[in-house]
Formats: sequence, structure tokens, C-alpha cells
Amino acid sequence: MTILSNSTPVTPQKPWKVSKKQQLPNLFLIAAAVVASFVIVAATPMKGKLAYLLLFFVIGTTFQLALSWYKRGRAAAADTVAGAVMMAGAFIVFLPVASLLITTIVKGSKGFRPHIFNHTMAATSYSDPLTSGGLIHAIIGTLFLIVIATAISLPLSILTALYLTEIKGKASGFIQFLVQAMSGVPSVVAGIFIYAAILLTTNLRGSTFIGALPLAILMIPTVTRTAQEVLNLVPNELREAGLALGATQWKTVATIVVPAARNGLITAVILGVARIAGETAPLLFTLGTSDKINWNPFSGGQNALPYYIWSGLRDGTEGGINRAWTGILVLLILVLSLFVSARIFGSRKVK
Amino acid sequence: MMSTVNSNNEENNGEDMSITTPSTSSLSSVAANHASQRQPGNAPLGSGLEARGIHAWFGKHHALENVSLDFAAGTVTALIGPSGCGKSTFIRTLNRMHEFIPSAAMAGEVLLDGKDIYEAGTDVTKIRLQIGMVFQKPNPFPSMTIGQNVLSGLKLAQIKSPKNNDDLLEECLTRAGLWTEVKDRLDAHAGGLSGGQQQRLCIARSLAVNPKVLLMDEPCSALDPGSTLRIEDTIGQLAQTMTIIIVTHNMQQAARVSDYTAFFLSDGGPGQMIEVGPTNEMFSRPKDQRTENYVSGRFG
Ligand SMILES: Nc1ncnc2c1ncn2[C@@H]1O[C@H](COP(=O)(O)OP(=O)(O)O)[C@@H](O)[C@H]1O
Ligand SMILES: [Mg+2]
Repeated sequence: MTILSNSTPVTPQKPWKVSKKQQLPNLFLIAAAVVASFVIVAATPMKGKLAYLLLFFVIGTTFQLALSWYKRGRAAAADTVAGAVMMAGAFIVFLPVASLLITTIVKGSKGFRPHIFNHTMAATSYSDPLTSGGLIHAIIGTLFLIVIATAISLPLSILTALYLTEIKGKASGFIQFLVQAMSGVPSVVAGIFIYAAILLTTNLRGSTFIGALPLAILMIPTVTRTAQEVLNLVPNELREAGLALGATQWKTVATIVVPAARNGLITAVILGVARIAGETAPLLFTLGTSDKINWNPFSGGQNALPYYIWSGLRDGTEGGINRAWTGILVLLILVLSLFVSARIFGSRKVK
Repeated sequence: MMSTVNSNNEENNGEDMSITTPSTSSLSSVAANHASQRQPGNAPLGSGLEARGIHAWFGKHHALENVSLDFAAGTVTALIGPSGCGKSTFIRTLNRMHEFIPSAAMAGEVLLDGKDIYEAGTDVTKIRLQIGMVFQKPNPFPSMTIGQNVLSGLKLAQIKSPKNNDDLLEECLTRAGLWTEVKDRLDAHAGGLSGGQQQRLCIARSLAVNPKVLLMDEPCSALDPGSTLRIEDTIGQLAQTMTIIIVTHNMQQAARVSDYTAFFLSDGGPGQMIEVGPTNEMFSRPKDQRTENYVSGRFG
């Protein structure tokens, strides 16, 4: 009959979050599963890390299942099992990725020193001590390649995707087929194609620009197909709303559809760059080579991080292999920072 | 009678009103007629729901402040108020849908059969099974037929109904007022139904799991007047076995279907419940000036 007059301020709570106290039985079960798997490994002929993991997973899941069945019935138990299977799947995927990252960081950090960012290999050979030389020329080369390949393929891909989703012209079926087929082209074939079509028939020599061409070929199908998917997600009502305001189709697409799909299109570009950033094979025929910085993308050989890694490995000496690992680490960092900055600068602020 | 409606008083009020209230406006007369239809002798089935001191936040944004409402078993309560005053937010705290929004937080208690549904260790799926929800936009499952849609709750919640499926199907569709229209095409896909039929199908779907409380968030706002009337009929029928809480922007609808009306308002700050009372009183002689302004159409 009265309004609850709370003089003390009420604080926001999240009662649906599992509290520490509720997690206690779970923690206990996990501990029990760890102990049980150790006991079983010790008592039976099973050996190795994998045995621990497998046993821990099986026993842990069984315990959880029993607990949820006891507490909340059969449906909840099925829920637990499904959750455990998904966890296992995620873990199986996560394991090699984590191992790869850790290996790269451990091995790559040996040669990861400040001076690699302002030295080239012009006066150093791969087998020299890690205190000399660097890979700034390869970083610059890779950035050049990514920029040029993106500059060529992005407009082509977006326009193709727009043709397929917005215009839906007569040639759509055929173009869709071509894009599909292109996405199956092995990278080395793209390299040989440019080599045969340009370097063998003209007197041009390998350069950054020529090296970017096969990369653009590889990028186009990835970006096109992703862009197509995200454009298809834009609700038709938006297009109709634009058209109903008297806009032409082109205006509607340019000012409404593409901005609405903006975040997805950025993802498309990111996936495209991810596709090409580590490509080595097509560069072997088309890039020429260089041990120092080459600022001219149209003449003279160039280097690139994958190419640098490949050279280091082929050198085979301890120094070469260490340099290759450092190259891998730098490539990872470079690609990651490109993606992060694409997300930060590309995604518009909500509100 | 301030913010809490006592369930013991409710039927007496209803009776008094139907006899003594002189109807001054058309709204209050509709409400009075409606209240007179509810038989005081019929002990309502279902369970009551009680919200105590509910606050809701989205991140730092305090969307709802200290709302306490008692929904007695077998009554229909309409929540009215201008857009953005927190009606949807409030109704979503009642069946724990609020927590699906990542930034969401809340305070207060919601008692179903006297037990707080937010209590640690509560099986939230069981709560939502007992407190059903009908959404603003009809949302039948597109991949299922009409019949499968009605029975989908049993499958999703992995429960068995004591009745056999055909009987349950007919019963739910009849109670939702859709049976005669679809009985010959139960195997057709739900997408082929009109908006009003789809919404009644969604009501039938929530009835199949036999909820004690049914929450409806503007269930008629996308429908034509004919479908709206059908659904209002349906609500009247359902109230005999369950507790219904309905958000509506349509004042006539509130007057027609509800026993109680609660008025929500946000004056720029968090939304608050300004006043609650028997529907005909709310429309004929509200206690708060703001309620009066709103129900007489002077703002909002
Ligand atoms: N998902 C959300 N995230 C952030 N704020 C929200 C969200 N949903 C609602 N709000 C805010 O909460 C307030 C109440 O909204 P709502 O409950 O939808 O109002 P009503 O249903 O009465 O029109 C509004 O100020 C709205 O902006
Ligand atoms: Mg709303």
C-alpha cells in the first residue's frame, strides 16, 4: 500500500551473473577432475600430456553432467554436454594457434632488436651475427605491395559485388561463376600467370607493381564474395526508402546501402589483406629482389617480409633461420596492427 | 491505494465500480463495463506476480526507477505511458529477458508464487516457461508449419504435455481465436498468414507451454483494427486462467481489456511508475495530474 521509499541509493546489480559462491562446486569438480586424471595416468599405462588433457576433459565433463543433472534435470544435462563439446572444439582450434604464436614469439624475439627497423641487408649477409642488418626494406616492400594490391583490387571487387547484388545484370550468373572459380586459383599459378603474361612478353623487369598484380588477382575473389554477403544483409526496406525519396539507384547505393554495410566491407578488405600478406610463391617470379630500400614501386626489384623469410630459411645457417623467425614475428605484428587500425579508423562511432 | 495493488481488495473494487461508478467519459464507461464482466465469485487460476522496487540500467543510463507493482492472479494489467518511459524495459525484467542486453543491470525483486525469480541458483529457463511473452512484431518461426509453431515450445523446452498433441493444438489455437481460420491448413507455413493471424499464432504458441503469466509488449501495434479486436477478445478469455500484463499505446484498448492500469512516465530522468489503480478510476478520476493529462490526451 505504500511506495517503497528507499533512502539509501540503489546500486545496479547483475543478479544473473554466476556468483563466486555458486562457482564453488564447479571449482571443486574441476579440481577433482584434475586429481582423478593424474591418478588414472599414474595407475594405468596411459602416458603423455595428451592423456592428461583427454582424461581431464572426459572426467570433468562427466562430473559437470552429473552435477547439472542432479540439480536441474535431463535438459540441463544435455545443455552441459553441448557446452562441453563446443568448449572442446574451441580448445582444439585454439591449441595450434596458441602454439604457433608462442613459438613465433619465442624464436622470433632473438633477432627482434631496435636496429632491424632502421637497417637493411645491403651490407649484411644472412649468416652474420644478429647484431647487424635489418628488415626495414622488407617491411616497406610489404606495405607497398599491400597498398598497391588493395588499390587495384578493392574498386574492382566492390564494383563487382555491387553489380551482383544491386544491379543483378544479365551477366551476373557468369560473373558469379568466374569469381567462384577465381577463388580456387592457387597463388603460385597467379604468379606464373603474371610472369608469363607480362615479364616474358615485354621487356619489363620484376618490380613492386608487377609483384602486386598476382596479389590483386588473389584478393579480388575474397573481397568480392565477402562484400556480396554483407551487401545482401542490408535490408531491402532501406533501398526502398531511398528510392521512395526520389533517389536514383546509384545515389541510393552510394549514400545508403554502402554506408550501411560499411563495417562488413571493412571486414571484406581485412580478409583480402589477410589472404595476401603472407603470400610468397607469386612474389618469387614477379618481385625481382632487393637488399635495400626501394622507394620506386615501378622500377627495380623489391623485397617483402614473406620473401625475406623465405630467403632466410633458404640460407639455412643459424643466422638465416633466426632472421626468418624474426621476419615472421614482424609480419604477424604488422598484419595485426593493420587490422586493428582498419577497425579503429574504419568503424564509425555509434551515436 | 498507492503503488501496490492488494489482491484481496481487487475484486471488491471491481464489484463496487460496476455498480456505483457514474461513467463520465467514454473510456471509463468501457472500463466499467469490462470490470462488471469479471465475476467476483470466480476464484482466478494462475499465479500472481509481484515486482518490488525494480530499477533498470543500460550501462550508466538509469532507465527505470523504483517500480513496485503487484499483479494479482487472474487479472489483466495495462501499462501505459509515452514512448521511452521504460515500459518495455520493465516488462522484460519480469521474465528475465532484460539480462540479454550486455550492458544491462537491475535492482529489486520479482516474486512469482512468492519466490524471487532473480534468486541465485534459479533455473531461468523454467522461469521463462512460466512467464510467457508475446512480442510487438509477430515472430512465428519461419521454417515451421502452423502446427509445428504452436507445439514448438514443448520441443524447445523439452517437456511433454499431459494432453496429446492434436488436442493441445486445437485447444491452443481455439483459445488464441485462430482455430477456425487455420484448422484446414495446419501444415502450411506460418509465413503465409496475415499479420494479425501471425500474432494470434504467436499467442497460441505461448499458450502451449501453459504459462502462469503472459507478458505482451504492444501486441497489437502492428495490426489492423479487426485483428486487434480478435486479440482483445482472446486476452479476455485468457485472463480466466492466467495473469496478463500488457503494454499498450492505445488508451481504448487499455480501457477495454484491463482490470488495472499503471501509468509510466519519464520526465527526462529514469522512467517511473506514476500511478496505478483500477482501470476505470485511472481513466475517470486519476489522482495524479500527469496521469490526467496523459489519459485525456493533453500530452504524450
Ligand atoms: N538496448 C538498449 N540499450 C540502451 N538503452 C536502451 C535499450 N533499450 C531501451 N533503452 C532505453 O531505455 C529507456 C526505456 O526504453 P523502453 O523500455 O524501450 O521504453 P518504452 O517501451 O516505454 O517505449 C529509453 O530511454 C531507451 O532509450
Ligand atoms: Mg516499448
